Parts: sequence; structure tokens; C-alpha cells
Amino acid sequence: MPGKAQRMRHALITAWTLAAVVFIYLPTLCITLASLTSSRYFQFPIDKFGLDWWRKTFNSIEIRQLLSTSITIALCVTVVAVVIAFFGALAFARYDWRGRSIYQKLILLPIFFPQSVLGLALLLWFNALGLQMSWQTAVFAHLVWIVPVVTLVISIQVYSFDPALEEAAFDLGASRWQVLREVTLPVLFPGLFSGALFAFLLSWGNFPLSLYTTGADTTVPEYLYAKMVAGYTPGVPVLGTVSTIGAAILLVGGYSLILAMRWARRTGSE
Amino acid sequence: MRRPVVLSPGNKAALPVLLFLLAGVVAPLIAVIWFSFMPPRTFSLAAAPTLENYVTIFESTSYISFLWSLALAAATVAVLAAVCFPIAYGLVRVFGKWATLLTLLFTIPLFVSENIRLYGWVLFLIKNGVLLGSLKTYFGVELESILFTRTAILLGMVYVYLPFMLFPLTLGIGMVPNETRDAAFDLGATRWQVFREVELPLSMPGVVIGFLLTFVLAVGAITEAKVLGGQRIIPVAQDIEIAFTYAQNWPLGAALSVLLMLVVGTLVLTALWRFDLDRFLGRK
Repeated sequence: MPGKAQRMRHALITAWTLAAVVFIYLPTLCITLASLTSSRYFQFPIDKFGLDWWRKTFNSIEIRQLLSTSITIALCVTVVAVVIAFFGALAFARYDWRGRSIYQKLILLPIFFPQSVLGLALLLWFNALGLQMSWQTAVFAHLVWIVPVVTLVISIQVYSFDPALEEAAFDLGASRWQVLREVTLPVLFPGLFSGALFAFLLSWGNFPLSLYTTGADTTVPEYLYAKMVAGYTPGVPVLGTVSTIGAAILLVGGYSLILAMRWARRTGSE
Repeated sequence: MRRPVVLSPGNKAALPVLLFLLAGVVAPLIAVIWFSFMPPRTFSLAAAPTLENYVTIFESTSYISFLWSLALAAATVAVLAAVCFPIAYGLVRVFGKWATLLTLLFTIPLFVSENIRLYGWVLFLIKNGVLLGSLKTYFGVELESILFTRTAILLGMVYVYLPFMLFPLTLGIGMVPNETRDAAFDLGATRWQVFREVELPLSMPGVVIGFLLTFVLAVGAITEAKVLGGQRIIPVAQDIEIAFTYAQNWPLGAALSVLLMLVVGTLVLTALWRFDLDRFLGRK
């Protein structure tokens, strides 16, 4: 029986958490509101709502170019990150080998590192190699930070993977390739999928690494930063809102897909 | 080509990641260290090494930005620990099936560039913005904006790094077995005693990771001070950026980076070295 004191405590915790959710979404709300004005300047309360700035933003060729650069980088990052991190996660959580505990910590180091400094270090390094900065170098820079994150995400799935499944398949005469394709990949798929989602979204939203490594190409966060430092234009809230809603849709959609897959597997196996 | 790698022992599976990190982390860091010993304002790695940049730093006022960054990071960690502990506790013990939805809600902002979200705070806090504009129009109250103050910078940092404290804490609290808590209650412990003697020590791994991650990221923070602080504080990461961009003094920037890396690296290595990640991540 929960006592009165405990119920009180739980109510307080709930209220506190809801307050935190409001705190987290307050700026997003402000940006969305600001994007819906028809006037040139931001003034609150808004006296004339309108979608003028949305239209202007989407008709701009520059903005389309930005979106396509950002999406191209994010897609390349996703593909490469998932492949490298898949093997990385097997080494992290599946196999027992000498040096594994050191390896696990090495993987974490890029995550525990200020990204702006990492971006500059990569700039120096590319420069020392004589490389020209472009969206390709940005892909590499994003990967440095995203591969470890995706490795962790996939590892969590690998921990719950039963190696006996693979051994059973081998005993039944399957080749390595067959085991990978028929057993390992399908079982780990939810982890790989969330890893891919993380990779895409983290690359999409990244600013500190892009800032130093994109050269003449520009991503959406970079453009927004340049605009917001230069002075107010309602195009910034519009693009900011697009960026936020896009991320939310991808995440919620992806998450529902994982739930659906789990559900299908459970009903399928019964 | 990859085929034989897949099912052979762990070090082969680890090879792609390790090679990648060698080219993407170790080599750049060596380049930075090397650059920090080059003469000021050079862009090549071929000159004779010198300690000039370090001498310049120790003779200048760079330590002020270093101290500000450390102080702000410490303050961020302290505030976030207090803010996140009840939420993390709720996610593990109170919210039940709602915990998934709430976790998702706390995750989404991670994927939106922090400068956009901080800009939302500018719109909220600015004179005639969402907060002050509403107060003025609906209640006739006029207040000073806290935008471009140190409080605003701290607010921005607490805001940006909240998930980095919350999720490790949640994992940590999830490591406390229910039976142990119940046993402590049965033996007559008060709520506070259970927290101090059972919950806190057993969730320590999560607490350590959360504190460490938040602190390290906050020390390297730069956007909060720029967007919300109006140059009220120059954090060390901005000093580094200035050296690389406006000042065109790469070796000086590299030397500052090396010092920052020393602080961060020492902290991370000492805290992580004895850590059992299998237990932390592998628990179901």
C-alpha cells in the first residue's frame, strides 16, 4: 500500500518532470510562433499571423541548396557509421577478447571531448594533409563523433544477443555469410535501425564540427548561426522550425517502426 | 573483403573502428600538439619547435576564460544534478509505461542544433519577446530582460546539457535493485537514509558518467555565451576559436587546445579507467 507521503512525493516528481518538459520545449514553441508572423520584425504578442515567411523560405534556391547539402552529409554519415559501428559493437559487447575493456574506453573518448576543439583539431589535420575543406571532409568529421555514439547504441542491442543462436546455425551447416545474413543481422536489426536514426539526426543537427570542416559548403545549422548573428530575419525561425519538426517526425516515426517490428516478431513467433 | 572478419574474434571486429579513430582522433590530436610548438602565426608544421605559444598564454589573461569555463561547467553540473535526479527517479520508478514517451520527449531536442534552440531562448527572453512582451501587454508589467547576462548563459547551458545528465542518471538509478530498497525500508530506514545509504551509492556509476559528461561538454561550450551571453563572458573555447579565425594564429590556438585537452583528458581518464561498462550498459 503506498502511503500518503509516498503519493505526495510521486505527485511532486510528476509535476517537476512536466515542468522540465515545458522548459525543454519552450524555446521551440517561441521559434514556431516567431515563424508564423507576417511582419519583418519579431514583436510579441504577434499582431498579424501569416505564412509569408514560410513561402519565401521554401522558394529560395539558396535554402534548397542548404537542405540538400545537409541531407547528403547526413545520409553518407549514416551509411558509413552503421557499417563501422556494427563491427565495433560486436567487439564492444559480443566477443570476449584481451584489451576489450581498454577498447571500450577508447571508444568513449571522442564523446567525452569538446566538439568545437575536435572540429578545430580536424581542420588542422586536414590542412596538414593538404585536403580542401568541403562537404566530404565534414562527413569524415561528423563520423569521428557519431561512430562512437552509434557503436554504443548498437552495443546495447548486442548485449541482449544470444551467441548460442549463431552457434546453432553453424552446427546446422550454415556458412559464415549465411549466419550473418539469416541470424545476426535480423536479430540485431532494431539496434542497427536506431543506430542509423541516431547517426542521421546527430549529423543533421551538428554545428560545431561542421563549422570548421565544411569549407565553402554550408549546412543548415551553419547558415542559421550566420543569420542569427548578423541580425533578425524571420527566415531563421522558419528554418529552425523545419529542422525541429523534421527531427521529431523522423524520431517518432522510426520509434513506432521499431515497436511495430517487435510486435510483429512477437505475434509471428507464437 | 569483410566476410572473414565478421565471425572471427573480437580484435578483428574492433579493427575498423580502431583504424578509423586512429585517423580521425589520434592523428588530429597529434597534429594539434605538434602545431602548438610551431612559431606563432605560421601555418606549416615544418618549422623548428618552440615553446613561445605556451609562454604567451601564461603571460596573458587567458587564464580568466579558463576559470570562467571551469566555473560555469561546475555550476551547470550542480544545477543539473538537482534538476535531473527527481526526473530520473521518476522515469525508473514512478511513471511506468509513460516513461518511454517521456524519454522520447527528452531525446528529440538532442537532434536539433543547439544554436537554434538557444535562439528560441533569445526570442523568449528578449525585450518585447514572448515573456516580456506578454507581461507588458496583458499585465502592464515592465521588467528588465535577463538576456545577455551571466544568468542567461547558465540557463542556456543547463538547458542544452540536461539530457546528458538525465540519461546516465536514469541508467544508474535503474541499477538499484528493488529488493535492496525494500529491505532497507523494512529495517526501519527513513526515506533520506535509503537515498543516502542505498540509492546513491548503488547508482554511483550513472552519477559519475552524468557528472563527467556534462562537465566535459560544458567546459568546451561556446554557443551559449555567444548567443545568450552577448560576449559578457569569453569561454576558453571561444578564445581558441578567435586564435584560429580572426587572429589567424593557429599555433596559439593549438596551444590553448592542448591545455584544455589536458584538463579534460585527465578528468575523463581518471574517472573512467576503473569503470565497468558491461555492467552499466548491458543490464536489462
